[in-house]
Amino acid sequence: MALIQGTNTETLPKAKKATVLNTLRRDYQLWLMILPAIICVIIFNYIPMYGIQLAFREYDFTAGLTGGEWAGLKYFEQFINSHLFWDLIRNTLLISVTTILVGFPAPIALALLVNQIRWKRGKRILQTTVYLPHFISIVVLVGLLNVMLSPNTGVLGLLLAKLGVEGNLLASVNAFVPIYVLSDVWQHVGWNSIIYLAALAAVDPQLYDAAKIDGANKWQIIKNVEIPAIIPTIIILLILNMGTVISTGFEKIFLMQNSLNLPISEVIETYVYKTGIVSNQFSYAAAIGLFNTFINFMMLVIVNTIAKKVARISLW
Amino acid sequence: MPSITMNRIRNKKPTDLLFDVTVVAICILMFFIVAYPIYFIIIASISDPTYVSTGRVLFLPKGFSLFGYEQIFADSRVWIGYRNTLFYALFGTFINLLLTLPAAYVLSRHEFKARRFLMFFFIFTMFFNGGLIPTYMLMRDLSLLDTPWVFIFNPLTVNVFNLIITRTFFENNIPHEMFEAATMDGCSHFKFFSTIVLPLSKAVTAVIGLYYLVWHWNDFFTGLIYIRDYNLQPLQIVLRDILLSNQVFAEGAGSGGTGGGYAQRYADQVKYGVIIVSSLPVLILYPFIQKYFEKGVLIGSVKG
Repeated sequence: MALIQGTNTETLPKAKKATVLNTLRRDYQLWLMILPAIICVIIFNYIPMYGIQLAFREYDFTAGLTGGEWAGLKYFEQFINSHLFWDLIRNTLLISVTTILVGFPAPIALALLVNQIRWKRGKRILQTTVYLPHFISIVVLVGLLNVMLSPNTGVLGLLLAKLGVEGNLLASVNAFVPIYVLSDVWQHVGWNSIIYLAALAAVDPQLYDAAKIDGANKWQIIKNVEIPAIIPTIIILLILNMGTVISTGFEKIFLMQNSLNLPISEVIETYVYKTGIVSNQFSYAAAIGLFNTFINFMMLVIVNTIAKKVARISLW
Repeated sequence: MPSITMNRIRNKKPTDLLFDVTVVAICILMFFIVAYPIYFIIIASISDPTYVSTGRVLFLPKGFSLFGYEQIFADSRVWIGYRNTLFYALFGTFINLLLTLPAAYVLSRHEFKARRFLMFFFIFTMFFNGGLIPTYMLMRDLSLLDTPWVFIFNPLTVNVFNLIITRTFFENNIPHEMFEAATMDGCSHFKFFSTIVLPLSKAVTAVIGLYYLVWHWNDFFTGLIYIRDYNLQPLQIVLRDILLSNQVFAEGAGSGGTGGGYAQRYADQVKYGVIIVSSLPVLILYPFIQKYFEKGVLIGSVKG
């Protein structure tokens, strides 16, 4: 069988069709191996993209995924004119931007810190511990917050009461964002630091030696050797993070929501769930969801373009 | 000897010494902030709920009580959830690997012409998707709502991130010469993949297998959106009911916090216990699999 790379016959015009056939014959096993994955992605990822037109059509039970008659931008107008629009945008942006501002630098700082530890055993213990919360489910994390922050019986709630923080934090509009963001950092900071630790491990030891000979202290080494070394990793991860800037963690926010913190905790994604899945306004909810996806995608493109210009690093 | 340590300290610049002390202090603080809540849940689950609720259980269990665990073991909801999640996780992971490993192998073959296009085809789904409602409508049209299949076949069945990790591993660990040598001996792609690539790739199979497994175990979303039938609900939905909706006691009496502080104290102990019981499989596996998790991130980060 002609499995080894075929000789280049493209120079001969007549043989072109035969080349395609030959390639197919040569690669048919490869196609067979990747076909199940392709089919699965087409069905479960691409068909829903095709179904986005539901946002521009009247939902019709008999017509299924793509909906019935064209409705134009009716549902988008309905969303923009709804009294919830600005609240949803504000809450969504507030939660996601705060999460990025606090949550993005935290693993970088942790990686630089852990990298300073010379005691191998202690380093391992610390790493094992800080990775662990990443594997706790969101339901358990929110359950943990609830029982520990309970003002009457929770260990943190009792402590905060002694420090003079009154009332139930879980029902507070002011405490929602800090609790959300800090628990997010608590859960993922260790895990997210692994990639920076890997980048730090790849720093050329000669750079450290050179810095020491120049009389640099530890702080100067971090500033002038280590941080520049991980900047490409930082930028790539920042771009990836920006792509989801307003797609905040639906599940966690949904689970932390209660009637008292709703003014700050209702975000686009929870609203899509409520209008779509709960109250069956499919077209309206699809339009709101598309709004979300579109802004995400634009953020990604913009940040990627800036990174490309400024640092010559980009995803594509 | 202490004198050596003392000398090392004396030889340091004062700024570096201050730096080291700060590093150690922050590390110890970090350790306690992360470890304490987990440790507290464990000791609170076996302590007398009265002591826990008055803040007297801080570092050691006090007034041993297994009331919470007794309630959990008597609760059929927890076992139904456990059974369902176990099935979804094991069967789901099997399907995930069955689709991901061969696809990653194909994408790692540089002589495969459609490689670049197919890579884009997969990666595009990371940045753009149809959103919740069209995906829900699709599942409904396919009659997957309220069936176990929805846990196994969904937009994350082929997780593109895991696909990239696996492809990168194959590219870096299966030398091109090996395939050339094998084809000389008349080896096909099927045979090469099953007899040479897979046995050489136990590390990456373990890594992404564990990623998928943990994802299935912690999956709450699928149960929330697509499942109404209580007998099909995964563990995380049962957990939500017990931990957050306060449906702590299955058999009527004292449920929903009636009876005030007394019932709530016991309800909390059930909650501490159910957190432990539901997270136990991951916590037991954790020390063994931890090195694989790191390896996974390292393998995947070599190339984007």
